[in-house]
Amino acid sequence: MKYVTEFRDGALAAGLAGAIAREVEPGRDYAFMEFCGGHTHAISRYGVADLLPANVRLIHGPGCPVCVLPVGRVDMAIRLALARPEVILCTYADCLRVPASDGLSLLKAKARGADVRMVYSAADALALARREPAREVVFFAIGFETTTPPTALVIRQAAAEDLRNFSVICNHVLTPPAIDGLLSAPAAAGLARPRLDGILGPAHVSVIIGSAPYAFVAERHRTPVVITGFEPLDVMQAVHMLVRQVNEGRAEVENEYTRAVTAEGNRKAQALMADVLALRARFAWRGLGELPASALRIRPAFAAWDAEAKFGLEDRPVPDHRSCECAAILCGAKGPTDCKLFGTVCTPETPMGACMVSSEGACAAHYNYGRFRDLSPVR
Amino acid sequence: MSAAKPAYTRPLDLRHGHVDLGHGAGGRAMSQLIADLFVRAFDNAALARGDDGAVLPAPGPGERLVMATDGHVVSPLFFPGGDIGSLAVHGTVNDLAVMGARPLWLSAGFILEEGFALAELARIVASMAAAARAAGVQVVTGDTKVVEQGKGDGVFITTTGVGALPAGREPGGARARPGDAVLVSGTLGDHGMAILAQRESLAFESQIVSDSAALNGLVEALYAAVPAEAIHVLRDPTRGGLASTVNEIASQSGVGFELDEAAIPVAPQVRAACELLGLDPLNIANEGKLVVVCAADAAEAALAALRAHRLGAAAARIGTVVADERCFVQLRTPLGGRRMVDWLAAEQLPRIC
Ligand code: SF4
Repeated sequence: MKYVTEFRDGALAAGLAGAIAREVEPGRDYAFMEFCGGHTHAISRYGVADLLPANVRLIHGPGCPVCVLPVGRVDMAIRLALARPEVILCTYADCLRVPASDGLSLLKAKARGADVRMVYSAADALALARREPAREVVFFAIGFETTTPPTALVIRQAAAEDLRNFSVICNHVLTPPAIDGLLSAPAAAGLARPRLDGILGPAHVSVIIGSAPYAFVAERHRTPVVITGFEPLDVMQAVHMLVRQVNEGRAEVENEYTRAVTAEGNRKAQALMADVLALRARFAWRGLGELPASALRIRPAFAAWDAEAKFGLEDRPVPDHRSCECAAILCGAKGPTDCKLFGTVCTPETPMGACMVSSEGACAAHYNYGRFRDLSPVR
Repeated sequence: MSAAKPAYTRPLDLRHGHVDLGHGAGGRAMSQLIADLFVRAFDNAALARGDDGAVLPAPGPGERLVMATDGHVVSPLFFPGGDIGSLAVHGTVNDLAVMGARPLWLSAGFILEEGFALAELARIVASMAAAARAAGVQVVTGDTKVVEQGKGDGVFITTTGVGALPAGREPGGARARPGDAVLVSGTLGDHGMAILAQRESLAFESQIVSDSAALNGLVEALYAAVPAEAIHVLRDPTRGGLASTVNEIASQSGVGFELDEAAIPVAPQVRAACELLGLDPLNIANEGKLVVVCAADAAEAALAALRAHRLGAAAARIGTVVADERCFVQLRTPLGGRRMVDWLAAEQLPRIC
C-alpha cells in the first residue's frame, strides 16, 4: 500500500512543480528562507530543490536548535559535569557532539569521566532522577517553542513531587525574535544578509504559538510568511503560495499547515510555559548575535530546579572557531560550501561547527544529502 | 567432570541460583555449570568429550575453510524476536553465509557478570542451542569467564564460526560492477528499531519484532537458482544499516550506486518509529537481511529465488551499480528528487548487537 501512496506523492509533487514553474516570472529571482531545521532536513532528504525552477532559491535559516546554541552554554554544562561527580548530565543526542571550548564536547567530557547520558525526552530525564535518588540529575534543555512545554512540564512535576535531585539548564529560545533579528539591520557581526522574498514558517513551533505572532513579519518587514508542515509536499505547496504572494505584491501571513496550526496556537502549552518560564532580557545566539527578549529562563519560584541557580553556574561567552562560517550560514549570508573547512576539516565525524552536528544543520544536510552535486559525476 | 560421587554434588539451581565468581574459577562449580548447562543444551559429540578443543573433520575436496567471529553485547538481553543467545548464533552464521560458505561449527565464549540469574542464562543458552540447531551448526567448543558485579552487563557472548566454501563461490565486496543489480531480501531496520523501541519503552500499536535469523538457507537457495559467478557481492547489513553496507561496497569496488527509495521495503511500524525518533531506516541495523549485488541478467532469477524462501518473501530490487569514481551512493526519492545516502555518522546509538 505504501508504495502506492508514495507514487502518488511523486505524481502530486510533479504536479506542484509544474504549477510553480508556470507561475514564476522568468526575469525574477525568488529567494525564500526556510526558517526551520526540520524544513532544511526535509528539503535535502527528499531532494525538493531538484523539483524547483532555477530562479527559486531556498536559503537555510537559523531554526536548528543545536546550531544556534552558543558555545558558552555547552561549556557551562561540561564544566558542571566534570567538576561534580554526583551529577548525571543528560540531554538530546544532537547536543552531545556540539564542539565546545578546549576541543571538548559533552561526548568527549564523558570519555574523560563525566557522567553524560543521552535521553529522548525531558520525561526520560525526570524518570532518571526518580531512579537515581543519590545522584544529581541535570537536564540540559534546548530547542525552540516545540520542546519548551515538555521542559516546563517536568520542572512543574519535579516541584509537585518535591524531587530535589533534578534540575534543568534552560537554553530554550524563541522563534519570532529570531526572525525579527534576521530581517532587521545586520547586527554586530556586520554580515551582509541576503535579500529575502519570503519565509517558510515553522511547522511544530507554530502548532504551539499559533500563526498570530508572525504578523509583524508581514506588517513591519513587508515580507511574506507561509507556515508550512514538514512533509516535502507541504514545502512545495508553501513555495507555490510564496511565489504567488511575491508576484501579486502581497506580504501576508498564510497558513499552509491548517491541519495542525491555528491562529492562537495551543493555549494550554502556552500557559504551562508562562507558569514556569520567563523571558531573559537578552540571549547571545550563535550567528544572530545578541537578541533582546529572545530566550527563556526558569522563574525564581522554581529556582530549586534551575541548575544555573542551584550550582551557581556562570555563562561565559566564547567566540566561535575563527574559520567556521556557521554564523554567516545561520543568517543566510553564506552557504556550506563557502566555508573553507567544509568536507575537509569539518565533517559529520569531526564537526568543527554546530551546523555540521545536527542533521537539521545546513552543513550536515548538505554533506549528508547534497554534496554529490558539488562535483560533476563521472559516468 | 568427576564422576566420582555424583550423589554428593548439589545440583545446579537453575531456577533460583545466580552466577558467582566460582563459576569462572576453573573449579568444581565451573565444571558443573559447563556439564549441566552448556554440554546438555548444545549436545554434540565434540563438546561432550570435555577436552580443551574440538576435533573436526577436514572439508570436502575443493572446498576451503572460512572463519568469522562476532562479539555480542546487546542490551536489553531479551527483545521481541530474539535474545542475545540467538543473536550470537545468527551473527556469526550470517558472517559465514555472506562469504558464500556453509556454516558448520561455532565456538562460544561467555563473559558472565557475577550475580546474573542462572535461570536467565539457561534461557539464553537454550535459545542459542535452538538457533544453532535450526541453522544446522554445532557449538563444539567454548569458554566461560565471570567478572565482578558492575563490570559486565549480565552476559556478553563472542562466537567464532567455521564454514566450508564450495568451489566456484567467490562473493566479495570488491566485485560490484557498473550495471549490476542490487537486491535486498526484505524490510529494513527491523532489528535496530525493535531494540530501540524496547529500550525506550516506546509504545507502538503493533510491536516491532527483530528480524534476527540465520541466512545460510537463503544463501543456499540463491546459489541453487543462479550461477555462482553471477553473484558478485553478498552482505548482511547489520550495524550502520543498508546505508553503511552499500557505501562499503561502493568504496571497496570503486563504483557508485543509484537506489530507488520507493522500491526499498520498510515495515510501516518501523517507518513510523523512525519518523518519531528522527532516524533513517537505511541507517538502522538488520540481523536477518541479505543484500545481493548480482549480474543484471541474473537479477530476475535471484529475486524469484529470494522470494520463494521463507526469509525473502518481501525481497525487492532496489537499484543499480553505476560507474562513479567518487563512490557516491545516490538515491531517487519518492518525490522525484535526488539525494546522497551516506555512511552513518558517529551517532550515539545504543548497543544493538
Ligand atoms: S563546514 Fe563546519 S566549520 Fe564550516 S560553517 Fe559548516 S559547521 Fe562551521
